[in-house]
Amino acid sequence: MRHTISMLLENESGALSRVAGLFSARGYNIESLSVAPTEDETLSRLTLVTSGSEDVIEQITKQLNKLVDVVKLVDLTEGQHIEREMLLIKLKAGGAARGKISQLVKDYQGRIIDETETTYTIELTDTSSRLDGFVKAVDHADIIEVVRSGVSGIARGEKSLRV
Amino acid sequence: MELTGADIFVRCLADEGVEYVFGYPGGAALHIYDALYKQDRVKHILVRHEQGAAHAADGYARATGRPGVVLVTSGPGVTNTITGIATAYMDSIPLVVFSGQVATSLIGDDAFQEVDAVGITRPCVKHNFLVKDVKDLAATVKKAFYIASTGRPGPVLVDIPKDVTAHKCEYVYPKSVSMRSYAPVTEGDPGQIKKAVELMLAAKRPMIYTGGGIVLGEASAALTELVRLLGYPCTNTLMGLGSYPATDPLFVGMLGMHGTYEANMAMHECDVLIAIGARFDDRVTGDLNKFCPHARIIHVDVDPASISKNVPVEIPIVGQAESVMREMIRLIKASGNKPDQPALAAWWKQMDKWRAMNCLEYDRDSKLIKPQYVLERLYEITDGDAYITSDVGQHQMWAAQYYKFDKPRRWINSGGLGTMGFGLPAAMGVKLAFPEATVACVTGEASIQMCIQELSTCKQYDLPIKIINLNNRYMGMVRQWQEFFYDRRYSHSYMDALPDFVKLTEAYGHVGFKIEKPGDVDGALREALKLKDRLVFLDFITDQTENVYPMIAAGKGQHEMHLKPCKAVVPTDRELA
Repeated sequence: MRHTISMLLENESGALSRVAGLFSARGYNIESLSVAPTEDETLSRLTLVTSGSEDVIEQITKQLNKLVDVVKLVDLTEGQHIEREMLLIKLKAGGAARGKISQLVKDYQGRIIDETETTYTIELTDTSSRLDGFVKAVDHADIIEVVRSGVSGIARGEKSLRV
Repeated sequence: MELTGADIFVRCLADEGVEYVFGYPGGAALHIYDALYKQDRVKHILVRHEQGAAHAADGYARATGRPGVVLVTSGPGVTNTITGIATAYMDSIPLVVFSGQVATSLIGDDAFQEVDAVGITRPCVKHNFLVKDVKDLAATVKKAFYIASTGRPGPVLVDIPKDVTAHKCEYVYPKSVSMRSYAPVTEGDPGQIKKAVELMLAAKRPMIYTGGGIVLGEASAALTELVRLLGYPCTNTLMGLGSYPATDPLFVGMLGMHGTYEANMAMHECDVLIAIGARFDDRVTGDLNKFCPHARIIHVDVDPASISKNVPVEIPIVGQAESVMREMIRLIKASGNKPDQPALAAWWKQMDKWRAMNCLEYDRDSKLIKPQYVLERLYEITDGDAYITSDVGQHQMWAAQYYKFDKPRRWINSGGLGTMGFGLPAAMGVKLAFPEATVACVTGEASIQMCIQELSTCKQYDLPIKIINLNNRYMGMVRQWQEFFYDRRYSHSYMDALPDFVKLTEAYGHVGFKIEKPGDVDGALREALKLKDRLVFLDFITDQTENVYPMIAAGKGQHEMHLKPCKAVVPTDRELA
């Protein structure tokens, strides 16, 4: 099953490689990973998406918690939560395709953030599956470049991940 | 007054109470070596290869319970310690390794003797640090010792660039450490302990299975009290030997791949398994699908990630073995309840039947020296009171089977990583820690050659270790597997072109004996012990065909042991010549 695990990390060089190294050393897979500093400059927030049986996920969270640089961790999948990912996509957009693409962008509530006579660059922020849907909806032959941020997540309601 | 980073570093070690540093100098560590030269609080032991430094510090840590300390230079200095660091990591040994690094201005330039020490050690340390500012040095050293020796212990590496050891600042050694992201557990959950005690007392066929966590957690006394209070059988893992007295009638021997028949059968048949400070390693469990099929399992461990990792557990308890067992003892006494005596009597009767198989018996009438015989005699002649280090292979298993350890920290071997070359340097660390004790290194002609250069270190520091070399001219365990599983194709396991160990030992300034007849074993051992101040290398020429029994083949269940030695077909020296 797919799990979204979010954690506060010491904002130190090497902290990210400890997390990534744990996954490769123990044979766990990472579907996506995003990391950036928080309002507290000593801490980074890292969100990763992984999948595995319940036993594997339990091991992953235990092993992550053992890392000295991991301050606090939550498996967002255990409760109600919100996930967002950003997509930047550059598409061939000449002639007849142009109108079709801009309608699709509207349907998906994305934005055209750059354009030339032959291309559109589009920004779309949504759940990963909605982004998948958008990428599938455009003509594969029109895709020039796809950039995805990886998932960030936060718990719904009053729950939070803080030190 | 401001001190240089190098002086601060040495002051930190002294204030941490470090007795010995095992190391080898080199360019990036020269400021530190200069600071060591100018003081006499911390003693430095110069090894002949950095791997030896790591194993020696590891042996010191295993024997004393205090962190072992290593100091090496950058580049090859630190890469040579990797095997030693990984060895300590697998067995949860507190080790603090300091490595010199090129100056901060050169890091990343592929400078001379530069290697990414923090990166290269990351998968085999509990934690590591790169110190970039002399102002962080003392606090980092303090943290390194704290992390290495608390919770589930393990190695910590601190990489110190050369300019940091030259820069100056005020020296203050922190009195304590607090880290928001590292808080090892101590007490177990009272509710879980209560549930565990109820299950323990309800058992009809109980089994207590304990490992290295008892040794690391100084919990032998508590374990002994708990086992005797319950009257339940107790088995130790390879790493746990000595944590319960091996001569006690409630002890049923080591379990696992080369464990006793009674220990493995009792594991297979038990209805309640009480696992404490053990991690259900594959060499213990055999095929997981056949492991303890009837048992409800309680697991006490200081590391939550060890619980339910390989085997699902009904009652997990995260906590230190000592405090959890003390609480168990208190609850059992307070409850007034006793184990089910008729069931327990029947269980011990079954145990006696298994014991009657006499699984460690071997041919005592052989004209060749049987390795088991050497170890039995070593046990008798040292009154079972020696520190025994070992290398890895058949000799290691025979030492574990035939030397009955009654005390913890006496059996010093590389269990998890299985590092050949560990025994001799580890024995140096033990001998330095306990100069009056008998320290013997049980090894084989293959393993000993992996760190044999340390015989020179032993000469320099007068370390009169007794080396028990069980010389069968084969990598014995490799040969055994080839005999069993590769249709006797003995691929590259014959140790050809061996040195004359007696002459080699003498060349290093020590004493060596070659022993070829069973009748000479006792005399040689006694003579070696009599030479109290000399390192003695006893080269026992043993039966080449001997195998380690019992044996659970890989992928088999614990109850599926090979017991009867089949007639081995092994080319002897003469046939090979």
